[in-house]
Amino acid sequence: METEKREVYFDNSATTRVFDSVRDVMVQAMTADYGNTSSRHTMGVEAEQYVKDAREEIAKSLRVKEKEIIFTSGGTESNNLALIGTALANRRNGNHLITTCIEHASIYNTMAFLEEQGFRVTYLPVDENGLVQMEALAQAVCADTILVSVMYVNNEIGAVEPVEEIAKLIKQKNPKTYFHVDAIQAYGKYVIRPKRQGIDLLSVSGHKIHGPKGVGFLYADEKVRIRPILFGGGQQKGMRSGTENVPGCAGLGMAVKEMYHEHEKKTDLLYGLKERLEAGLGGLDGVTIHGPGGRDSAPQIVSAGFEGVRAEVLLHALEERGIYVSSGSACSSNHPGVSGTLKGIGVKESLLDSTLRFSFGMFNTPEDVDYCLAQLRELLPVLRKYRRA
Amino acid sequence: MKYKAFLIKYAEIGVKGKNRYLFEDALVKQINHRLKGIDGKFLVTKESGRIYAAAEEEFDYDEAVEALSCVFGIAGICPLVQLEDMDYEALKAGAVKYIGEAYPDRNFSFKVVARRADKQYPVSSDQINRDVGEAILNAYPETRVDVHNPDVLLRVEVRHQINLFSETIPGLGGMPTGTAGKAMLLLSGGIDSPVAGFLTAKRGVTLEAVYFHAPPYTSERAKKKVIDLAGQVAAYAGPIRLHIVNFTDIQLYIYDECPHDELTIIMRRYMMRIAECIAAETGCLALITGESIGQVASQTLQSLAVTNEVCKLPVIRPLIAFDKQDIVDWSLKIGTYETSVLPYEDCCTIFVAKHPVTKPVLRRIENSEAKLAEKIEALVEAAVAGREIVRC
Repeated sequence: METEKREVYFDNSATTRVFDSVRDVMVQAMTADYGNTSSRHTMGVEAEQYVKDAREEIAKSLRVKEKEIIFTSGGTESNNLALIGTALANRRNGNHLITTCIEHASIYNTMAFLEEQGFRVTYLPVDENGLVQMEALAQAVCADTILVSVMYVNNEIGAVEPVEEIAKLIKQKNPKTYFHVDAIQAYGKYVIRPKRQGIDLLSVSGHKIHGPKGVGFLYADEKVRIRPILFGGGQQKGMRSGTENVPGCAGLGMAVKEMYHEHEKKTDLLYGLKERLEAGLGGLDGVTIHGPGGRDSAPQIVSAGFEGVRAEVLLHALEERGIYVSSGSACSSNHPGVSGTLKGIGVKESLLDSTLRFSFGMFNTPEDVDYCLAQLRELLPVLRKYRRA
Repeated sequence: MKYKAFLIKYAEIGVKGKNRYLFEDALVKQINHRLKGIDGKFLVTKESGRIYAAAEEEFDYDEAVEALSCVFGIAGICPLVQLEDMDYEALKAGAVKYIGEAYPDRNFSFKVVARRADKQYPVSSDQINRDVGEAILNAYPETRVDVHNPDVLLRVEVRHQINLFSETIPGLGGMPTGTAGKAMLLLSGGIDSPVAGFLTAKRGVTLEAVYFHAPPYTSERAKKKVIDLAGQVAAYAGPIRLHIVNFTDIQLYIYDECPHDELTIIMRRYMMRIAECIAAETGCLALITGESIGQVASQTLQSLAVTNEVCKLPVIRPLIAFDKQDIVDWSLKIGTYETSVLPYEDCCTIFVAKHPVTKPVLRRIENSEAKLAEKIEALVEAAVAGREIVRC
């Protein structure tokens, strides 16, 4: 069956195309209202308005105060600021930190840095669905624990952590312990209410939600003591020096507005794509879907193992047909003692190197899924035939 | 010390006969080309067995030395002070000033060696040695003369101007690019083949290169990596045309028809055949590979012999007797190592058998290849015709 070639971008958890409205507001901020927010003149004031509007939009989306939003250069900086900033500012309360074994490198490597600085870090195991083991958490939190950091949605398999339960458990054990949530794959997909859910700090990145790269934010509850990690002109109340990335903030604000406008429709669209792909994959031989799947995991991520095919080869074969996906890295972390998500959830050895991640965005359609399935149907038997002798 | 010129020494060109000027001109051309890329204007001239590069405006010394250090055919680079004033007193004063500025730490021994190309000069070389030596001793009493093992050997050359120099920065050696014809390099993303290309180019050979790409088994990044490597070799060897051949269909066909433990050797024979096809089209006189005896199964002497059997052109294998570490050292030196070790798979390894034949027998390999008779010619033709050419 010859299908007409399409461009299908199924790598939205890596990054996304910006919304047209995001592009437009950024162009405006770069070409017409390009002032420095710190300038005293009108140009400065106008530029500042973009940042204010964005901050307002974001605060509204989380039902938090505007002053609790710190703009950063993206997810990595948000995670660094959350971990280092909180650890350093609260040293006198203890030196113990907790995270899980399925976090992103920007958590691991920051934790590793903090270990070098004398902090003790506990890495919690997860179950076969990628969920934090609560008993382990209960045992780990102690009088010395300053901070627990857990990701909301896992970037490799889309597992959704029970953040509210985690928050409750932490506070029960030690009311002084702060709770940080890496929401980089969750924000825009879920309605998040930090105050109600017991989240003290929350990291977000712009380019995962059809906003620009190079911008993100950290929500930090006003009661959290946090030390800046960048020093300079004292912008953003000294919490994050550096001239505000006005076009970035404006673009991010616009993306937030778009994502949370008719939000339910948007998640339904993503779940529709996901269920369509999962159903199709289920009909193919030798394909395993990792994690719970369906509505029990994140709407935008499908992680699947293809028996007898190397992920890298399948990825490039799909690429030749216009389909862009990620290989679900068997071990995305270099941290000793930490095994990467797929191993962490007990995916069998033969599938570790055969796993692809398909991730959806607002520009995808059901036809994209059908095209992808049709290509997989053709490719898999051929690729399975040619293997390392 | 502020140098305004370089004296460029070349090694083997000096022993050439009547065609020596061709080599000198090629070297001047390469030096000019290289110096054009840096700040400052230089006048490059050749003069009785010497090449001079004189700065006509401000330049960065380190940058200039770096640029000259990448030119094949240069044995040594001597930073030079030139005195236009031929007066003997000026010569002595110039030498004293030179030593004073070049060696601010006065605690060293020295020797003066004068040479007169201009025998009309009123003072003999020997007299110059003694007088300049004395002048330096007078000016800097902490220094001393040592004619056997001096720390500083100051050369004074009397030509139509006076040249003072005492340092020689080693050059790459070899022969100027463009003086030895053209050859086709079989380039992969590994450590060896870029070094093989470099070493051959060092003998004055102009390079073309061929890379075998096997999508989807090898990635776009693997291809980009080879393009980068070709560019890094080209920084020494001059522009390289890289022929990118899609090898997938041939590889899969071999996989379908031939014993799997012979895949690599048969594949290599087809790579050589294709390289030779393109070599013929582009006027290359030889093939170049990065093979080294015994490094892998396809590089045992038996394998090399079986591979070589398909070639009519000479195959240059500059690394044939190198140890791996020596090759690594070269690749570090020429700056290709970092790119070479990027972890993208090459088409040579994708279907490699667990136990490939290490002692192939030609007759048996030919029998296996006979099974390809039906389609292979058409596939090879299509691969050659459909190749992509990138200038690196």
